[in-house]
Amino acid sequence: MTHFIEVFFQALPLLMDGLKFTMELAIISIIFGLGIGMLIAILRVYGGKFSYTLSTAYVELIRGTPLLVQLFILYFSLPQIGIHLSPLVASIISFSLNSGAYQAEYIRGAIQSVERGQMKAAFSIGMTKWQSIRLVIMPQALRKVIPSWTNEFVYLIKYTSLAYLVGVPELTAQGEFVASRNFEFMNVFSGVALIYLSVILVITWLFSNLEKKVKIPGV
Amino acid sequence: MKLLEVKNLKKRYKNKEVLKDISFDMDKTETLVVIGPSGTGKSTMLKCINRLVEPDGGQILLNGQDVIKARRIEKIRQRIGMVFQEFNLFNHLTVLDNVRIGPLKVKKLQKSVATELAMENLRKVGLASEAKSYPAQLSGGQKQRVGIARALAMEPDLIMFDEPTSALDPELIGEVLEVMRKLALDGMTMLIVTHEMGFVREIADRIIFMENGEIVESGTPEKIFNAPEKERTHQFLNQFTKFWREK
Ligand SMILES: Nc1ncnc2c1ncn2[C@@H]1O[C@H](COP(=O)(O)OP(=O)(O)O)[C@@H](O)[C@H]1O
Ligand SMILES: [Mg+2]
Repeated sequence: MTHFIEVFFQALPLLMDGLKFTMELAIISIIFGLGIGMLIAILRVYGGKFSYTLSTAYVELIRGTPLLVQLFILYFSLPQIGIHLSPLVASIISFSLNSGAYQAEYIRGAIQSVERGQMKAAFSIGMTKWQSIRLVIMPQALRKVIPSWTNEFVYLIKYTSLAYLVGVPELTAQGEFVASRNFEFMNVFSGVALIYLSVILVITWLFSNLEKKVKIPGV
Repeated sequence: MKLLEVKNLKKRYKNKEVLKDISFDMDKTETLVVIGPSGTGKSTMLKCINRLVEPDGGQILLNGQDVIKARRIEKIRQRIGMVFQEFNLFNHLTVLDNVRIGPLKVKKLQKSVATELAMENLRKVGLASEAKSYPAQLSGGQKQRVGIARALAMEPDLIMFDEPTSALDPELIGEVLEVMRKLALDGMTMLIVTHEMGFVREIADRIIFMENGEIVESGTPEKIFNAPEKERTHQFLNQFTKFWREK
């Protein structure tokens, strides 16, 4: 145990450098993903046939293929058409697109669980469709989506370790780097696991607080 | 000019003709009550008037303006209030915000003006003290009174009520009818669907009896209740009087 602690603290500065990338990847991607998810969900529920088909195709394409394959396609094929992305940017784009598709499904479910009468009432006082969505439907849907959103964030934090494979020095990559030099694979990766776990516990706690804070009184 | 004119209104769902050929009109400050068995198309008719449901044919004029041809229906909906059986208050907003959101976001009034307007209408329905509550914290009767205040705050030309007391416990019906009675006295133009026959007799300027998507007959409360022309009207109203006698 004391040996583990020793190795852990020696590795910690490099692991923390990795954690910065991990969190950067996860936070930026969850936020872009939320934007994409809201857009896609609104198009799927309220859009015409064309936007419905397009957004459904997007969701199915993303959900039907592995994230790693999506990342590789983005990172290795774009240079062939002259677009060069840094590993970090490629990872953020690919995680955002991926998370967006999953978030779209959660948000769509939440939108559809808002009572139909809410939209009728919004229309009846003269709101446009867009005002009704923005002022009445989304504020209720987004509250309902917080638990799934927490899950999505937790998944995303763990999935960012894939960025290691295109060369982003995130937490797992840093662990590999440290362990390949001191050969303490078991101890270093236990430390890495411990860091992931702590971060995820903190985030789960933060989001459950957020959920309580925005809960509608009396409901 | 009539405040509302409905001419040959038609609506069908799949192969069911829900509204066959509805025509009637309303004067300013009139209280017109629509009665009839359930499934007859009363709700569909109200929803056609503000185009929550798209009519298949006919004409609707609000102050002479064609509702069905209107390109921006939301402009017309601002002038037609609607009160729902199931209240449909905005769950995530306080009572004040429920009433203020229309003047503020739809009419784009200044916040202080919209707030004053909302409070004034909450006072009218006796709920100024609940301004900070959320819908889920109110009784059914209070919810419906907020629903009425929300419609009033848009200062509409006409308010439509679709069975406003049907979802309420009996002891809460009175407070909502009381508010509606006051509105009628204030000169609000009201189109009401209800089964509260005692209230109808007292408040209606005119009554329409509807069945199977058609207007069977219409007239003053005296005529409809005391001397209906059609046998169906008589039968329908008889159910209620029998019911009262049994009670
Ligand atoms: N969206 C709909 N789709 C299909 N049928 C409907 C729809 N809305 C109402 N109806 C039918 O239209 C008829 C009239 O309904 P409604 O207007 O609600 O009657 P009322 O308010 O008089 O009880 C009913 O038979 C109902 O089943
Ligand atoms: Mg009805």
